[in-house]
Amino acid sequence: MLQWDPFILTFKLATVTTVILFLLSVPLAYWLTYSRYKIKYVIEALVSLPLILPPSVLGFYLLLAFSPQNAFGKFLEQYFDLRLVFTFEGLIVASILYSLPFMVQPIHNGLKLLPLSLVEASYTLGKGRLTTLLRVLLPNIRTSLITAFVLSFAHTVGEFGVVLMVGGNIPRETRVVSIALYDEVEAMNYEQANLYAVTLLLFAFLTLLIVYLVNYRSRLGKVI
Amino acid sequence: MIEVSIKKKLFSALGKMQLDVEFTIQEGELVTLYGPSGAGKTTVLRMLCGLSSPDEGRISVRGQPWLDSAKKINLKPQHRDIGIVFQDYALFPNLTVKENLRYALKKDQPGAIVSELLEMMELTNLHDKKPELLSGGQRQRVALARAIVRKPKILLLDEPMSALDTTLRLKIQDYILRVHEQFKLTTILVSHDIMEVIRLSNRVFLMDHGKIISHGGPTEILPIESLKQMVGKLLD
Repeated sequence: MLQWDPFILTFKLATVTTVILFLLSVPLAYWLTYSRYKIKYVIEALVSLPLILPPSVLGFYLLLAFSPQNAFGKFLEQYFDLRLVFTFEGLIVASILYSLPFMVQPIHNGLKLLPLSLVEASYTLGKGRLTTLLRVLLPNIRTSLITAFVLSFAHTVGEFGVVLMVGGNIPRETRVVSIALYDEVEAMNYEQANLYAVTLLLFAFLTLLIVYLVNYRSRLGKVI
Repeated sequence: MIEVSIKKKLFSALGKMQLDVEFTIQEGELVTLYGPSGAGKTTVLRMLCGLSSPDEGRISVRGQPWLDSAKKINLKPQHRDIGIVFQDYALFPNLTVKENLRYALKKDQPGAIVSELLEMMELTNLHDKKPELLSGGQRQRVALARAIVRKPKILLLDEPMSALDTTLRLKIQDYILRVHEQFKLTTILVSHDIMEVIRLSNRVFLMDHGKIISHGGPTEILPIESLKQMVGKLLD
């Protein structure tokens, strides 16, 4: 019998992560696109790091950082009563870092492709940066925003290494679908494992299908 | 009166160039910055609207300083009373014609001007169309109308007709003259089309390599060769 808890937990994690990521990534991508500071290339490289870094490396350092025995973890616990190792909150922070490039890059690419004259026209029409961002820039990169949303959500669903390192395997707290799958394999329950695996597989396929359809439609000039 | 005196080092495809221009325009004039591409014309326009900054200089409009590098004054584009038509029109693709115009409205500015301009530019029928569905000439008119919505004192046109064919150019030139008169604008046009310059402007500033090399009435100062070419074209 398939257990639903890991699915609910995974869905919750991916939703919270995606929403927070979106709020963080729009200003970050905006800054990366329009800033003239050279340091942006360093920031861009850091943002993209999770793309090529083994997740266990990221997880390992986060585990160290979050540990109450170390300065950062101690600080969080003392001042905010927050523990990030082996907790759902810790998974959210780790997932945000892990999926950051999947949200930032599509938005950044979308903004880069818009002609600068749109921003300049908006300024000469008396509008400030925020109005320009909300009424001109974001509505014109809708396809990129949808891609960013879908990819970040899916990437968070597919996490394994980082979750295992930072969250462990605590039912209803950190045991997401990919961990549950690993657990079932360890216990030789292949049938159960297969149910988890098939669900993840179908989800990943549908996600990519949506991304390609959205991009295809926008190339045809259809309004989404 | 608009007084401009600006200097800036430019790095173009042709190498380094020192932009160094000084000119005065009276209110209500329609003047042209004429010259080959790379002469620095567009850069002058961009500095007038605050989209780029000179290394040093002054821009004052009706005695009010918009830019004074010595006093560290540099008004943002939002605070300069200016309308500009970009070379690529820069219409917002997500907004309809009418919404593009409405976007330009100042806070608390009545919306009547939008309908007035739509009618004047013969765009009323197209008001609910997105820019991608419009022809070049129609886009051009929307861009012109949008630049006027805030009733600026100065209108800047950056080679506004370079992408249009001759018949359309003549039509757009009429629209430009009409808004220039009706809204009592001071208009600065950047162009390298000699017919356009003669038809539209009272005065021409001839630019080359970042400097104004002469100025005066269009037929007085335009190179004789260009005038001959134009006569040739007309006869054709």
